[in-house]
Amino acid sequence: MTSHRTGALALLALALILALTRNALPAGLMRPPEWLVWPFADWLNAAFAFCQNDLGLMAVTRFAAAGIAALLDVTGNLFYGKARWPNLGPLPWTTFAITAGALAYRVAGWRLALFAAGTFVWIALMGQWEWAMQTLSVILIAAPVTFVTGLGLGIVAWRFALFERVLNPFLNIAQSLPQFAYMIPVVVFVGVGPKAGAITTIVFALPPMIRMTVLGLKKVPENVVESGLMSGANRWQMLTRVRLPTARNDVLVGVNQVIMQCLAMVVLTSFIGMPGLGQKLLQLMQSLKIGLSFEIGVTIVLIAVTLDRISRAWAEMAPKHFAKGTPWHQRHRVLVIWAILMGVAFALAHLSPWFSQIERSDAFSVAKPIDAAVDILIRLIDPVSQALRWFLITWVLIPFRDGLLWLPFTTVLALVMALGYAAGGARSALVCLGFFGMIAMTGWWDRAMITVYTVIVSVVLAALMGFPLGIWGARAQGRAARVLLVCDTLQTFPSFIYLIPVIMLFGVNDVAVVGAVILFAAVPLVRYTIEGLRGVAPELIEAASMSGADRSQLLWKVQLPMALPTILVGVNQSVMFSLFMVIIAAFIGTQDLGQEMQRALSTTDVGKGLVLGLAVAFMGLMVDHLVTTWSAARTQALGLEPPKRAA
Amino acid sequence: MWSLAVPNAQPVISCRNVWKLYGPKPQAYFAALTAGTSFEQMRGDGYISAVRDVSLDIAKGEMLVVMGLSGSGKSTLVRCLSRLIDSTAGTILIDGDDIAKMDARALIDLRRRKMGMVFQSFGLLPHRSVLDNVAFPLEMRGQDRHDRRARALEVIELVGLKGREDYFPRELSGGQQQRVGIARSLAIEPDIWFLDEPFSALDPLIRREMQDEFLRLKQILGKTSVFITHDFDEALRLADRIAIMKDGAIEQCDTPDQIVLNPATPYVAKFTEEIEKSRVIRAGTLAQAGTAEGQALSASATLHTLARQIAQDSRDLIPVAGPDGRVMGTLNRAAALDILFGAAQ
Ligand SMILES: Nc1ncnc2c1ncn2[C@@H]1O[C@H](COP(=O)(O)OP(=O)(O)OP(=O)(O)O)[C@@H](O)[C@H]1O
Ligand SMILES: [Mg+2]
Repeated sequence: MTSHRTGALALLALALILALTRNALPAGLMRPPEWLVWPFADWLNAAFAFCQNDLGLMAVTRFAAAGIAALLDVTGNLFYGKARWPNLGPLPWTTFAITAGALAYRVAGWRLALFAAGTFVWIALMGQWEWAMQTLSVILIAAPVTFVTGLGLGIVAWRFALFERVLNPFLNIAQSLPQFAYMIPVVVFVGVGPKAGAITTIVFALPPMIRMTVLGLKKVPENVVESGLMSGANRWQMLTRVRLPTARNDVLVGVNQVIMQCLAMVVLTSFIGMPGLGQKLLQLMQSLKIGLSFEIGVTIVLIAVTLDRISRAWAEMAPKHFAKGTPWHQRHRVLVIWAILMGVAFALAHLSPWFSQIERSDAFSVAKPIDAAVDILIRLIDPVSQALRWFLITWVLIPFRDGLLWLPFTTVLALVMALGYAAGGARSALVCLGFFGMIAMTGWWDRAMITVYTVIVSVVLAALMGFPLGIWGARAQGRAARVLLVCDTLQTFPSFIYLIPVIMLFGVNDVAVVGAVILFAAVPLVRYTIEGLRGVAPELIEAASMSGADRSQLLWKVQLPMALPTILVGVNQSVMFSLFMVIIAAFIGTQDLGQEMQRALSTTDVGKGLVLGLAVAFMGLMVDHLVTTWSAARTQALGLEPPKRAA
Repeated sequence: MWSLAVPNAQPVISCRNVWKLYGPKPQAYFAALTAGTSFEQMRGDGYISAVRDVSLDIAKGEMLVVMGLSGSGKSTLVRCLSRLIDSTAGTILIDGDDIAKMDARALIDLRRRKMGMVFQSFGLLPHRSVLDNVAFPLEMRGQDRHDRRARALEVIELVGLKGREDYFPRELSGGQQQRVGIARSLAIEPDIWFLDEPFSALDPLIRREMQDEFLRLKQILGKTSVFITHDFDEALRLADRIAIMKDGAIEQCDTPDQIVLNPATPYVAKFTEEIEKSRVIRAGTLAQAGTAEGQALSASATLHTLARQIAQDSRDLIPVAGPDGRVMGTLNRAAALDILFGAAQ
């Protein structure tokens, strides 16, 4: 530990010297010199062109896309009456409400059933049916395709350790790559529109499914495996009848993550011409129609919560037996009721078109009153928000940004190395240098620094809000449960949603971006702070109390240090979330990597888009490396349960 | 009932110099091992000898009980015998076939036809009902649905879980889960039965019932079994022979009487110290050549059950009769009383 400290201090001193002698430094130490900036984008473009034209990969992707498109046509027809085979749709809105309610009832009971059915009633009544169905019809295809592909890859990765070792770094990068980076290659290979949206979504949602499958299969208890073997199961039987069913819960948690990722991504693919709720929201926000954006926001949130709760309840469902001699219709009570209600729904739809489709002209809207209320609210708090904005911009954001840009890039490199050295010695220092060195080599240094500045400011502000809130929340058992529930729910919202309130309050500018990022990044901080603090062993707290520690001593000397590893997981997630959010928020105007990424998207410049995406991913991976290394060291020093390794 | 196996017949399980080492490179370490390296020395080198140079023959229909402290290698030995793990060295023959040389298919076949195992930690499939758990080995064999259901119900009734066929493992108590495991291992009517502390999770009453049931089954079905237990009373009730393990090695493998009367090592002596000898030693064991008049004692009865009879008898030498009713020798009454009530000071 002490040797780490001297090394880190030496690197810090180097950074200081470089910064202080800034004016005397040669230009090559100020900004990445030309020989250091490599034309990665051109190389990537050449590679893509090669795949596309010479390898004929284009034909393959077009073929796959055609398959997806055919599936999308079916759901499109059923959900919103697209003129395609089987030409049955659109199904009445009531059937969706009934089906959602029945599913929810089957897995979780009455309350969720009401919520799920209510969600669809709301969508219908608010006249958003077609948009919502466009979104859902893509999810209904993307999620199962992702599930099957992810399960297959997961099984292969579990079976062949070598494949897993090759796959792992790709998964790591993929999970820290901002969403836009996925879209550009898809646009090149598939074009724009629903099928591009679906394919982007599938690719994006794949990593967690693979991860959960591998994890679940590895977790199958040894005794279950042995009993399977002793029963004479062969390899295939072991996999399909012993291992996979036993890993059911983990696999289903993967399904839950897939569905949530799909929803988040489908909303975002509005940027590549995917119609639906996301596109509507994007248009409305760009034209500052607050009330209407709000309505759509509510819809997206309701859908998110419904999908999340149903799939999670399904994952947690444990098998239960029926009493002997229970007749068929009682064993399948929900199915029977569902069938009857569906019959009623179709009959009603036959009688009155209102029970089939609700036209926008007949729909309700709360947009006007919301607009009015927001107007009043804004007028009321305008002095405050203006002052806050002014303060943030002139005293925090601009000085910090200029300061960061003023630093020679060598100083920044020395700084991250110092951090790395402090966390994990020379190896970590080199890892950090590697990640940030790559960023320097992309040639986007200044833009990257702006991203870094936005993330740092946001995470620090989020921490100033999140930690106290978390500590307060952890004080009492009941309160902790409530706050955790709120955090849980907030985390199911697609990132896009967070932009609505901040645009409402601050308009379209830097402060709004920072605001959205803060909101988004504060949630994991609160959540993991509470989980960490509540997880401290009660014996420890009792022992400390008996030694005469008062409440603040208890907190600072016992609880926080013990909870630190868990809290660090929150910090890690918080940084990751901020990075994603900063990039998404770029469309409301920033000058960072996100803006360039938007440009790359509009000019379908694959190479540039990927390079920018990787630059963002490297920031995330570096923080991840720092936090995991440090938290592992802390965990070991505290003698806690050793951190779980994926291997 | 306590008759030893028929000599000369081919043993069902036969192992020679079986070793199982845990550690970084067990094969290489074993190759370089010199004779007489102690357990502690190996541990110093980073290796655990969970099974150490074990040689055993188990005859058809025999019941071998394995005992020993926690961590002495009992479960590991049984896992080697069923080849759930590969032993580091030595040969294991099942019905004359070397199981280490079997390919995957032969091994699966062996398990489907011949072997059953009850696991210390149950190892039930959580997503299957009791019925489907018990029928699982039959399903693996490809038996049709109807047959396997009928057979599974049969064994479920046998272990006293009738009426709970549709329950799922998490809806059962530990003892009930244990019985599902026992039923499952019986479903295929195995010739060789491995039982790793099968009754440990049962309450004393059911435990006793299961033991009786077990003895009955053994007599009817003539299964060869290896039974692990921590409970000496259980071992005495069930065992033809008892093997006592320490640090992976078998200290002594012999009939219960011999283990109690003539412990081979100080460790075995200490292990059996607490046992009431009269409950183990049978009249036949103590009988010496000679004849005497009058009513005879049964050779297979333990001194404990004969205590009143011996105490009230006035003869110095009491005749002992074998199973066929013929007198096979005499019991020295004083010696028997010494065992029953402790030697006179
Ligand atoms: N997979 C393994 N890796 C390393 N060591 C092991 C492994 N399995 C067992 N051992 C070691 O082998 C030794 C024997 O273990 P085993 O499970 O056979 O004991 P046991 O006699 O069945 O004990 P118990 O009565 O507690 O069930 C123990 O010291 C254990 O630590
Ligand atoms: Mg054991």
